[in-house]
Amino acid sequence: MCGIVGIYLKTKKFEKNLGKMLSGMLNNMESRGPDSAGFAIYKNSEKKEYKYSLCINNLDFSKFKKNISNKINKLKLNQYSDHVIVKTTEIPKKFIKLINEEFPEVSIVGYGHSIEIFKQVGNPKDVVKKFNLESFSGTHGIGHTRMATESAITTDGSHPYSTGEDECLVHNGSLSNHNNLRRELKKKGNTFTSENDTEVAAGYVSNSLSNNNSLKNTLVSGLKDLDGFYTFIAGTRKGFAVVRDEIACKPAVIAETKNYVAIASEFQAMAHLPDVNNAKIFEPEPGIVYSWGN
Amino acid sequence: MKLDLKKLKLRKVNEQLQSLDRKVNDRDFTIINPEGNHAVCAGLTEELNINIKGHVGYYCAGMNQKANITIEGNVGTGVAENMMSGKVHVKGNASQSAGATAHGGLLIIDGDASSRCGISMKGVDIVVKGSVGHMSGFMSQAGNLVVCGDAGEALGDSLYETNIYIKGKVKSLGADCVEKKMDKKHIKKLNLLLQEANIKNEKAENFKRYGSAKKLYNFKIDNISNY
Repeated sequence: MCGIVGIYLKTKKFEKNLGKMLSGMLNNMESRGPDSAGFAIYKNSEKKEYKYSLCINNLDFSKFKKNISNKINKLKLNQYSDHVIVKTTEIPKKFIKLINEEFPEVSIVGYGHSIEIFKQVGNPKDVVKKFNLESFSGTHGIGHTRMATESAITTDGSHPYSTGEDECLVHNGSLSNHNNLRRELKKKGNTFTSENDTEVAAGYVSNSLSNNNSLKNTLVSGLKDLDGFYTFIAGTRKGFAVVRDEIACKPAVIAETKNYVAIASEFQAMAHLPDVNNAKIFEPEPGIVYSWGN
Repeated sequence: MKLDLKKLKLRKVNEQLQSLDRKVNDRDFTIINPEGNHAVCAGLTEELNINIKGHVGYYCAGMNQKANITIEGNVGTGVAENMMSGKVHVKGNASQSAGATAHGGLLIIDGDASSRCGISMKGVDIVVKGSVGHMSGFMSQAGNLVVCGDAGEALGDSLYETNIYIKGKVKSLGADCVEKKMDKKHIKKLNLLLQEANIKNEKAENFKRYGSAKKLYNFKIDNISNY
């Protein structure tokens, strides 16, 4: 069991409240996943600038700031507990290489022009508070509360998984063919940081998107290639998509109003959202890809 | 009496409804702000009229006996699961496993029910005004499942003595489920159920009946691929 949530704003009305809406959703999914939590917030920024979401673990922030400022000229750092958002025009290839070589204790959680990702072990309510999710604004967001099953309770084992620029994936369920698929994707050049099955699915999505497939087509082919139980929410810069496997054991409910689309494992996650009782509420059908903004 | 789930704890509300004094005459309750809570009105054993205003979570009205419960909203997984008697009326849509393993009573769903509706039903009558998802009526043993809309894949897989009545299209039938003749007694029963569910614009004659071919009741090695 895990809890997944997502919210996509169709209008600008709630952009300032996005963090607040998403934090309420995550808090209400504590019962489905008390081990760790994470979220991705999409907020447009300057096109040339990249945002790198890093977990600096036990590293001292001021030391890290000093050291990284010596390596890269122009950069802005925002600290949120043990996570740091680095804003710079440095391209991913160079930046990731630098982090891996010079700061081995730092893990890259995600990067892109609009995505910011935070994830950590612990009770979702504490994680949400720690990263001050309520203060975030943005266009869409995705979150996850984890009840660990097939890999350990670690930051690396927490969702969302981001394996490509401005991409992320959260998952409720388990995959049975992830080891085979991981091997195949490794041959194609994908890299993985954990033993987690969802990271493989995220890698699968990234690989397909990098071959110029649409998110929708990627998830449609995923229905054949990914074996197991799942409800996925896959996020991109433009929006997100939802898909459930054909057996559809893993729950999902969608609420759509003129201002937003919300998805969650259970309705109680979105009971606090504005005007939700007048929303169009439905369950995504098995094996059908639903997509917004893409 | 009005019960507000925003102010009262769910456990307290359920306890109050479960332990109602038999001598009490005031048996009409309205529950407001259910906010997707699970197990709302589970385990009731008395004749009560309850109106829930809003959407509820899992196992609403589970194990119900005698109570008449109306939900003015959608319900999550397993509404009226293991119901023994009474009536549960969902005015919105139902999630998966609606009426699972229920022994008796009547479950009415005005909207659609998703997968596994009436899984392992043991005597309950379920009337769905919309459509049902895949594997509905799976291993169902007794009672009636009525669907005014369509049915998803593998309808009535491995079923026993349940009668399934479908008005719309059936995507596919499950193992050992076949279309059967509508006899007079079936039309009579179906008309009664439609009447009980207050459905006036449907005629029993327009439904098709599905039931067990009874080939898988006892293990036969020739049928191994069907199990």
